[in-house]
Amino acid sequence: MTAWREPPSLTSPEQPMSMHDLTVPVATPAIPWRERLGTMVPILVLAPSLVASFIYVFVFTLWTLYLSLSNSSLMPTYGFVGLDNYASLWANRRWNIAYTNLFLFSGFYIVGSMAIGLLLAILIDQRVRGESIWRTIFLYPLAVSFIVTGTVWSWLYNPVDGIQAFVRGLGWTDFSFALTANRNTAIYAVIITGIWQSSGFAMALFLAGLRSVDPDLVKAAQIDGASVSRIYRRVILPTIAPIFLAVAVIQIQFAIKTFDLVAALTRGGPGVSTTFPAIYVYDLMFQRGQIGEGAAAAMMMLAALAVVLVPYSLWIVWRRRAEGRNG
Amino acid sequence: MSTLTIRNLHKSYGAVEILAGINLEAQTGEFVALVGPSGCGKSTLLAMIAGLETVTSGEIWIGDRLVNSVQPKDRDIAMVFQSYALYPTMTVRENITFGMESRGVPKAAQAEAVKRVAALLQIEQLLKRKPGQLSGGQRQRVAMGRALVRDPKLFLFDEPLSNLDAKLRVDMRTEIKKLHHRVGKTTVYVTHDQVEAMTLASRIAVMNQGSVQQFDTPKQIYDRPTNMFVAGFMGSPAMNFIPARLTGSSSISVRAADGTDATLTVATPLPAGAPKDVVLGVRPEHIYRFTTDLKSRKPAVESMQAPVELVEPTGAETLAVLRLGALEITGRFEPDDAPIMGETIALGIDMSRACLFDPTTKALL
Repeated sequence: MTAWREPPSLTSPEQPMSMHDLTVPVATPAIPWRERLGTMVPILVLAPSLVASFIYVFVFTLWTLYLSLSNSSLMPTYGFVGLDNYASLWANRRWNIAYTNLFLFSGFYIVGSMAIGLLLAILIDQRVRGESIWRTIFLYPLAVSFIVTGTVWSWLYNPVDGIQAFVRGLGWTDFSFALTANRNTAIYAVIITGIWQSSGFAMALFLAGLRSVDPDLVKAAQIDGASVSRIYRRVILPTIAPIFLAVAVIQIQFAIKTFDLVAALTRGGPGVSTTFPAIYVYDLMFQRGQIGEGAAAAMMMLAALAVVLVPYSLWIVWRRRAEGRNG
Repeated sequence: MSTLTIRNLHKSYGAVEILAGINLEAQTGEFVALVGPSGCGKSTLLAMIAGLETVTSGEIWIGDRLVNSVQPKDRDIAMVFQSYALYPTMTVRENITFGMESRGVPKAAQAEAVKRVAALLQIEQLLKRKPGQLSGGQRQRVAMGRALVRDPKLFLFDEPLSNLDAKLRVDMRTEIKKLHHRVGKTTVYVTHDQVEAMTLASRIAVMNQGSVQQFDTPKQIYDRPTNMFVAGFMGSPAMNFIPARLTGSSSISVRAADGTDATLTVATPLPAGAPKDVVLGVRPEHIYRFTTDLKSRKPAVESMQAPVELVEPTGAETLAVLRLGALEITGRFEPDDAPIMGETIALGIDMSRACLFDPTTKALL
């Protein structure tokens, strides 16, 4: 700004604007410092968190990327080894199990929680009695932390004092329910628990979407002679399609980050059957002192997230532009 | 046979009575407008005709069928909504065919019907677009297309023009009228705009507080409103209500601005049981500048003095606010012959067009 010229309001507070003022050769009129401060307040307030986010997100991401290409073991060191860490990571059977588990879990978990969430939302949307009670009940699991969820469900799955013991106690002595005890089924125990935890969340988002649909649309479809299932299939659900995408994206990033749920529920076992990438990263970095390979595994998780989030962000931008065009 | 008959229809939500005994009928091909202020129950009545609201008591007949408990889809009706309610994810073509598709009409017949309606409404070039890409007027046309394609017994319109800007509203009003002439379907049209009701309808039902105040032709409603509510609601500027005293079987006196009483002769003698105090209802266009020439042309014109308080030129006509006793009345004048602010004019009131009301019952005498 023009530092050589005092703001007119300070030099001549009472003087009205005259023709002379208009002809002073100043390109931009000086803004009083109070106003300038006013415009800067948002920036000042946001600056610390912006700086922190920048450091913790971008700087540490780049640092991890570099570590993944280094020979770091117990402590970070900076000897460049190229893609060696990635090669040894992918040669490891446990990592392969972890990555497969990630896809298996993500697929079932997202589809399962969305399907159940949508079903619950549609049922609640039928103007049921005590709607807020149902909503609270279904949303409650989300308020419980993953650690608590995992611990409680590990008790339920436990053959000795969980559901199996309870049903056997009722008299069905042949009843068998021991998902977490078997290395082939343990992953499904994780999936079921994950679905229990987050279908309420999906329900809340879907319900908000269903409620935002213009009731006239439903009336018009009724007059058009469409059945209830047809109204949902052709009119209501297509209208809230963006919500499906939003729910899916949120669930996917939950799935990829899955750590505490598994840590509390199965601790990656039996054996290595429910190892997840996040657990493996933790193991490599902090238990086995292989920071380089751990960083490589972390980068692979970032890649998995990017595969989901980058197209989504691009789609959001594209859609906003398309909406802007159509008014 | 596509008549509509409504008998003693009631609707309540708990203790709140929305409709209190509606009687209404529409002949085949008739255009009936339901008009009234917001909250009068007109939209509820339409929703009940459509089957979107349940009937508390009373009967709704479409043709010779009692439809009280018939599903909306089986009533053979089509409806145009205020919000248009176009399916946002479908193209215009899909919007129009959705109803036929739901009813299992063969594809070839669907295409034929779309072609016919698109030509009728001139929306052929829009068929591939989505509702989000249409202007307000185009959406309105598509909504009508969706209703027209079905060839229903009954057409229902729920304030279809209220989301359009003023100019488009007038254009679409004309189009709806033309369309009704061409297809000749029995139509029930809800509006809060009395001009829409007057211009479109063959009969108007004026509603207030859940009951029909008057159900008659636009002319009759305008000229002989059955009560002060109808008189005040229909017409803009509204009818002037002037307190008056009965001085004979066919004469009343009105207090003028200067405190003197002017005696006016009523065109048709009043009934015997008429109260002493009455309300004289005069529409602004039946107020003139009094001349002997006018008196010779319209013998029923009565004269009195009135100062001009305010003049509002609108271009086509000039409205003047005149002082009469303690109240102000509005007169509608030719711009060339309009009074000037501050002058006192000899007012001519056409008593043959005036209405007299009972101030306690508010009914026409």
